[in-house]
Amino acid sequence: MAGNDRSTRRHFLKAAGSAALAGTITRVTLRPAEATPAMLNSAIRNVVGEAPLRNGKVKLDIPPLVENGNTVPMTVSVTSPMTADDHVTSIHVFNEKNPQPYIGNFYLGPAAGRAQVATRIRLADSQNVVAIAQMSDGSFWSASVDVVVTLAACTEEL
Amino acid sequence: MASVLVNVPKRAKRGDIVEIRALTSHIMEPGYRRTAAGEVIPRNIITSFACRYNGREIFRADLFPAIAANPYLSFFTTASESGTIEFEWIGDNGFSQTASAAITVE
Repeated sequence: MAGNDRSTRRHFLKAAGSAALAGTITRVTLRPAEATPAMLNSAIRNVVGEAPLRNGKVKLDIPPLVENGNTVPMTVSVTSPMTADDHVTSIHVFNEKNPQPYIGNFYLGPAAGRAQVATRIRLADSQNVVAIAQMSDGSFWSASVDVVVTLAACTEEL
Repeated sequence: MASVLVNVPKRAKRGDIVEIRALTSHIMEPGYRRTAAGEVIPRNIITSFACRYNGREIFRADLFPAIAANPYLSFFTTASESGTIEFEWIGDNGFSQTASAAITVE
């Protein structure tokens, strides 16, 4: 009798274990492929090309701890005199772990007066966000911020 | 018809740097979400935004699914002359929306 009990329990645990395992697998396959750091790098290379990417000049403002990834305020500002000879031509923002690595491309010119753009973005996970600015002389400058997200965006079921 | 909200200062001194803000109502469906039945909800986003000051483009943006619903954009321009500032949003499924605001430069 005792032996029977044990085998039932063993069977139960085995069944529960494989059910849990199957559950995990289904959840993983249901989720769309996440962007990876490799995708982030290739997206950045698409914009920057072979030009060197230097840290500095760019300031990326995002709250470090985000409760709701569906709407995250973000401000990118670039130190630049914004004259006809020396200005920011574009600002590109990328993420590491959303389903795709792009967030936005913003094109401005000397008429902007101040190189600053603000918008609201979505973040699907705690991750690294990168902003890159292209200057009128062709150089690229970047800044990155690590953001912790409690409630993820983009991939929830309805 | 989506509703829009644009914010441009009515008056500015010549040479002032002014902030322009634009908000439009749009679901910005990213195309990665699924219904309970497991079907992917097709993407429906605004893909581009442009702002023109008396016909001259001063700001343009490419938007992606990672932009939050009801896209909000804030940017700057130098007040150079009186006139109109026009806004244009273009998106999936033929979405198109325009707005304009007047600015007086003294």
